[in-house]
Amino acid sequence: MLYNQPSPLETKVLTRRFGLPNSASLDTYLSTDGYKAFEKAASMTPEQIIEEVKISNLRGRGGAGFPTGMKWSFVPRKSPLPKYIVVNADESEPGTCKDRLLMENDPHQLIEGVLIAGRAVDSHAGYIYIRGEYRYLIEIMDKAIAEAYAHGYLGKNIRRTGFDFELYTHTGAGAYECGEESALLESLEGKRGIPRIRPPFPAVVGAFQCPTVLNNVETYCAVPPILRDGGAAFAALGVPKAGGTKLTCLTGHVNRPGVYELKLGFPVKTMIEEVGGGILGGKKLKAFIPGGSSCPVLTAAECEGLTMDYDSMAKAKSMLGSGGVVLMNEDTCMVKAALRIMRFYAHESCGWCIPCREGTSWLRKLLQRFHDGMGQRADIALIGDLAKNMLGRTFCPLGDAAALPTISIVEKFYHEFEDHLNGRPCPFEEAGRLAPV
Amino acid sequence: MPDLIHLTIDGRPVEAAPGALVIDAAKRAGIEVPSFCYYEGLTLAAACRMCLVEVEKMPKLMTACTLPVGEGMVVRTETPQVAQARKSMLELLLSNHPLDCPVCDKGGECELQDMTFRYGAGESRFTEMKVHVDEKQWSPVVFFDNPRCILCYRCVRICDEGMGVKALGVANRGVVSEIVPNKGDHLECDECGMCIDICPVGALTSGTYRYHTRPWEMEHVGTICTHCSNGCKTTLGVRNDEIIRGNNRDRSGINGEFLCIKGRYAFDFYKHPERLLAPLARVNGKLEEVSWAKALETVAGKFNEVRARNGKFGVIGSNHTTNEENYYLRKFARKVLGTGNIDHHRTGDVVTLLDALSGKTGKLATTADLYQKKAVLVIGADLALEQPFLAFQIRANWRHHQAHAYVVTAGPVREDKYAAASLRVAPGGEMDAVRSLGERLKAEPELVIVFGDAIKGEAVGRLVEFGESLGIPVQYICLVDDSNSRGAVDMGLLPDAGGMALPEMLAAGDLDVLWVVGANPVKTQALPAGRASMLVVHDLFLTETAQAADVVFPAASLYEKNGTVTNVCGEVQRLRRAIRTMGAKPDLEIMGLLAREMGVAAELGPWVPDTVFEEIRRNVRGYDVALPVLEAGGAAQTAALNGRLPLDGRPELIRSAHENLFTSGTLGRYSKILNSVVESHGNR
Repeated sequence: MLYNQPSPLETKVLTRRFGLPNSASLDTYLSTDGYKAFEKAASMTPEQIIEEVKISNLRGRGGAGFPTGMKWSFVPRKSPLPKYIVVNADESEPGTCKDRLLMENDPHQLIEGVLIAGRAVDSHAGYIYIRGEYRYLIEIMDKAIAEAYAHGYLGKNIRRTGFDFELYTHTGAGAYECGEESALLESLEGKRGIPRIRPPFPAVVGAFQCPTVLNNVETYCAVPPILRDGGAAFAALGVPKAGGTKLTCLTGHVNRPGVYELKLGFPVKTMIEEVGGGILGGKKLKAFIPGGSSCPVLTAAECEGLTMDYDSMAKAKSMLGSGGVVLMNEDTCMVKAALRIMRFYAHESCGWCIPCREGTSWLRKLLQRFHDGMGQRADIALIGDLAKNMLGRTFCPLGDAAALPTISIVEKFYHEFEDHLNGRPCPFEEAGRLAPV
Repeated sequence: MPDLIHLTIDGRPVEAAPGALVIDAAKRAGIEVPSFCYYEGLTLAAACRMCLVEVEKMPKLMTACTLPVGEGMVVRTETPQVAQARKSMLELLLSNHPLDCPVCDKGGECELQDMTFRYGAGESRFTEMKVHVDEKQWSPVVFFDNPRCILCYRCVRICDEGMGVKALGVANRGVVSEIVPNKGDHLECDECGMCIDICPVGALTSGTYRYHTRPWEMEHVGTICTHCSNGCKTTLGVRNDEIIRGNNRDRSGINGEFLCIKGRYAFDFYKHPERLLAPLARVNGKLEEVSWAKALETVAGKFNEVRARNGKFGVIGSNHTTNEENYYLRKFARKVLGTGNIDHHRTGDVVTLLDALSGKTGKLATTADLYQKKAVLVIGADLALEQPFLAFQIRANWRHHQAHAYVVTAGPVREDKYAAASLRVAPGGEMDAVRSLGERLKAEPELVIVFGDAIKGEAVGRLVEFGESLGIPVQYICLVDDSNSRGAVDMGLLPDAGGMALPEMLAAGDLDVLWVVGANPVKTQALPAGRASMLVVHDLFLTETAQAADVVFPAASLYEKNGTVTNVCGEVQRLRRAIRTMGAKPDLEIMGLLAREMGVAAELGPWVPDTVFEEIRRNVRGYDVALPVLEAGGAAQTAALNGRLPLDGRPELIRSAHENLFTSGTLGRYSKILNSVVESHGNR
């Protein structure tokens, strides 16, 4: 099902079947060029497939934005070990809700993407790792997988191409950390979801100690259109160093929240005003999180001239991330926003390494006390300092994810912290303008 | 040897083997990179983030514990950025730490204290509520105080990787992550206590040691464990002639950090209420305490009287006494008492093995060989429970060097988990099973064969024949039971040609004197009724044998004497006296006093351990070992020369008790701590 009306400004490539009757069914999929890309891929060599993906300038949609074709080319060709395709469907980044729609509305597109990846690296088995909270999606995916098996799109000798592929779903148990690729692999293997020391990277030592391609749902879903229409066509949709479209999740104080497929390089202003219908209640924009809660927060002023792509966001010292846009209007208490974000990371820290385990918990307590009006002036610097002590020193990026927004909020909204001092209650709550966190 | 990698650490040129970690390369160059979770020999955790260092051309600080050395790498460990990172890690670590150092067992030898002293901040900025969890008892010997835990996961890893037990894990996540035992609220494991010793802080504490002392009040005496034949180094913490703990935290000796339940906890037998602290003599049919003078006079008088009329002596030595004592006893028996009736309880067929290896050198494996050689074949022993250090070595060899283990046993053993092949055999079927492995063993580059008492007599000869037919270098270990079983054989506590062996001496009706030094043969074989002989016994306790004695001398344990012992692999190590127990004397001294009382002291020489050991080095084949090695607390293998001993191996006399970690017929039964663990296991 769909949760929002599409926008005319969208470029529907991955989402083009959204809204069709029975869009998740194999019949609908086949009637709209389904599995054509796989058939094309079956006639290509693995090198040609990877080359096509490279041409497309597809970059990982999970948040890090690593070039997908290059990632696939790291899988050792001559390894005697089996190779695995793993789908990261542990979509847990706050503000992000796109992968669920892709699986809900067009599961066969994901299956086809996985098949093509399998073909590209000579893998014959794959796992879709779905977060525990998305358990209902397992039914949908399993149904699609069963349909695919029944019609010869999975299993032995797929469509008489001689290519075999087995695909399984696997559910997580509700840990944000398992969205980190190596922790996901540990969890998939039935172990505690903690990250692994890297290198070696999953392309060489991944699932069950074998070479593994691990990508986000959206990344795999982009592969059939690339093969079908050609990498160049996909690349042309985006900006020079990043091709295609990005599913963008507009959330927070916006009039028309929802998931929209926009070309990479889409102007932020237009996205907010025209796609999203402007800020809720006709208020002014105060803060903008471009790609999930782990990105540094941008101010309204910083959004001027900004476009939704990797390089533009990097230039603004933030990240495109997962496409989870969070908009905060002028009534938002930024201390409370920082607290809300830190509550999440303190809850989700896996606890493996010291700075993340202790730092997130300390920051949560500190921000809570501060927000409750018990803050001291020295605490403001302490909040920033603690976050900086975590930055770049944790075992995995979760520590950075907690530190970056905190640092940016302290730096950019310092005065709001000052407004909480001297036993003063939260000025925003006092005004009664803020919905409870 | 591959080319060395050249790097610079703190401006100093350093060389390291390819693949070495920066933290180790720095350590070898004398530069300390602090860490909690990094522990040589265990898998990497990279959890504590204390070892962050600056590396040129790397954008972020790197963990030295996971970073392999690279050619031309430039590492800095003492920059302001690194110092700030260490300081902040310690501040974070201490944020939920209870800071109860004044009452913490670890205070004074705590790595967290040391690191904070050296690298930490003078004050904390943490003013929030700390996370608190109540202390838990997981077993009679393991207590867990969660708030002190810094989650370095050393305990989890040593239990899983080192011991192969996997009794510890991690539960919950984030700041409430905690170490948990395998059975919900308690542990079911080997109770080895490795987790306690390896804990850098006071989170895991020992039921035997907690709240007894401050570490600096103890004297730390490095000696050898008295319990099994593996000969682990143990460091006894002693205060006022009382042993308060056993551990090996300095990782010295052949065993590194390894100790089992007995080595770590079963040291308290010496203060058992039943300990003999005065000589006993039979007065009107009952054993009564007598003075040393009286007891010595009685025995010396009898010995001289029997000697004068060429009467018959029988002498039984011990698996628990020192080499010096065994040597002196044998000399006493032959030179003074003029008898060849001398024996001890044999627990493994060392005699036949040495015989079969006659003329060959380098054939006896050391404990280090078990860690280094590419393949190990274990026959007829549940090593993990009976010879725990040997099992630890083989397991470490498999983990670190991917060594192949082959196991031939009657039942399942812990080695099965990683063994290249595990064969189950009925008793007597061992050799057939071993032969069936022939082709696979031939393909190995080298092999150590470890065998228990299932292989004895002719079977030993056949085993050696099989080993030598493989065409690869093969070494052997003949398993024996006790702390100096091997030394007893080497010192010649075996009958001379025509002499009586142990069962014959016990059964004989015509002996005038039966002298039992530190053994309890009556436990398994009753003495004949109405015997006329005088039975003289040295022991710590009133054992079955001592109860039948006419005179009992209260003997000192290995923890109460100096000397040397030889372990199962023929490695000689030095004992250092940890405590003195009033009333008991070392057997060597008792024998010396007896000789003096008899007027034969000059014939036997001084009863000083060092002097006797010098004589052993001169006279006993293979014992001309390097003294500095022993002095430094190391183990010197008796030269691996082998040769025919002029006696009948008598395989039918060989019987191992197969005591495991939780049982012991000799000293363990007097250890309150060991018994409490056994009881708690029994209750489950």
